[in-house]
Amino acid sequence: MSAVLQLDDVAIRFGGVQAVGGVSCAVEAGDFVGLIGPNGAGKTTLIRIIAGLLRPDRGKVILGGIDVTGDPTSARVRCGLALTHQIVRPFREMTVLDNVVLAAGIGYTSEPLRALLHVSRRRESERAAAILASVGLAGTERKLAGALPLGQLKRLELARALAVSPKVVLLDEPLAGLNHTEASKQVETISEVHQRGITVVLVEHNLEEVMRICRRLIVLNNGIVIGDGEPREVMADPVVHDAYVGGGMVTHAEA
Amino acid sequence: MSAYTISIVSIIGINVILAVSLNMISGFCGQISLGHGAFFGAGAYAAALAMFATANVPLAVVAGVIAGSLLGIIVGFASLRVRSDFLAVTTIGINFLFVGFVRKQSWLGGEMGISGIPPTGLGAAGNMVMILLMACATVALSLYVSRSWMGFAFRAVGEDEQAATTLGIGAGAYKLAAFGIGTALAGLAGALYTFFTQFITVDAFDFIFSVMLMAMVVIGGIGSTWGVVTAAVGLTLLPEAIRFVNDYRLLVFGGMLVLVIRLAPGGLAGLTRNLFDRVRQA
Ligand SMILES: Nc1ncnc2c1ncn2[C@@H]1O[C@H](COP(=O)(O)OP(=O)(O)O)[C@@H](O)[C@H]1O
Ligand SMILES: [Mg+2]
Repeated sequence: MSAVLQLDDVAIRFGGVQAVGGVSCAVEAGDFVGLIGPNGAGKTTLIRIIAGLLRPDRGKVILGGIDVTGDPTSARVRCGLALTHQIVRPFREMTVLDNVVLAAGIGYTSEPLRALLHVSRRRESERAAAILASVGLAGTERKLAGALPLGQLKRLELARALAVSPKVVLLDEPLAGLNHTEASKQVETISEVHQRGITVVLVEHNLEEVMRICRRLIVLNNGIVIGDGEPREVMADPVVHDAYVGGGMVTHAEA
Repeated sequence: MSAYTISIVSIIGINVILAVSLNMISGFCGQISLGHGAFFGAGAYAAALAMFATANVPLAVVAGVIAGSLLGIIVGFASLRVRSDFLAVTTIGINFLFVGFVRKQSWLGGEMGISGIPPTGLGAAGNMVMILLMACATVALSLYVSRSWMGFAFRAVGEDEQAATTLGIGAGAYKLAAFGIGTALAGLAGALYTFFTQFITVDAFDFIFSVMLMAMVVIGGIGSTWGVVTAAVGLTLLPEAIRFVNDYRLLVFGGMLVLVIRLAPGGLAGLTRNLFDRVRQA
């Protein structure tokens, strides 16, 4: 079985809202999956369940063949998962470089004792600087992360996710809030990431970009998968089409 | 050196260990603990019992360290369950529980405390030297931890636990580590205090004392080892130098705490840094 990520009837309820209502799917190694759906469809919630930031009411999350449903986020990240938050969460009081160095030091920080016994950050700093350059943040290294505008923070999120050397990245609206030039640069970076063999799951509202770069589309509506397959075929499905027209897919605001 | 000087220097050394160790928990890792006195006390009582049983100084030190960190790790587990603002309240509770418990234990001397603890045999000056060496070692350890990957991860956990976990940093393990190290050092300070006074009562480890330690950390600059050392020395000397401060200790320290939080949240360390930046820019 070559599925790097598998969901088995995952569901979660917030009070009266069934945010995710039984999602099953498998993502093959090296795939590029677009996860789309109207606002409130449950995309972010699903990403957070996969990452272990939320515990599902039922169902299983399987990473690389191992059931990680009961494991904390940090353990999943060490297994090769990385994510970017829809609402950016940089360490605002650290420099931009330190944000990425910390992520690159996952080999040390995964265990407190190992972290205590190591001091040198030279190699991680070099790697972090290279990653920052690759997402277009060269020159911002010494700034405090809290001082960056949103467009750059979105790229910092991506840089941190890449620095943990993931096998699978979950990107929750990495283009939202970027202007046109920034967005195309970010798409280019994400494509390069995929070409390096990293499996990508991309949540994105910009349908044009999604159709252009994704190899597979999963459409979520009211917490349920209503379409899954080759992007053009999925978009041609009348059920998906109705969800779009009725679901306010066209407009979208950050947060 | 006069007996008075020796005793003041010894107390400064002990307070430096306590403030620096609290700074590792609350400054480095962001876990607000207002019960540091309890771990200090656990170390002091354990060392006292060990001195009666064996009269062996290294053994008493080990007993103090273990007692402090054992209680600390239990509280550390509590910190995994509660949100950080509740942790402050939880640790206050631990401090009151500790004092209340010890007061009722006849084997710990109850209200009267434990007196006539066997001396270390080093004399007052020898004890002072031992305390100063331990204080230096504590400061060195704190500076090292701050530079290591552990200190780096502590800062991440302190700033945003969830963001830290998404970078593979197990926040729980780090919080336990911070509590384990910080309270082990508080236990060490307790053992040294026992050697110093040879007479302990539980009042020395009460909540008021814990607040004073937190005042040292905040006034020195949360997270800054040197700032906290400076504040620990200054705030220990102040009541000795100024009679008024001694009489109105709580009022003065409470007032300073509020002023620093309102006007200079970076504490002494933050003020020095600002001054430095301004001089460099000028
Ligand atoms: N922590 C929460 N508490 C209560 N309701 C929530 C929470 N998180 C999300 N929801 C609800 O779950 C649904 C799915 O939200 P979300 O996953 O953010 O959607 P999307 O990312 O697709 O826009 C929405 O109705 C939202 O209001
Ligand atoms: Mg969302």
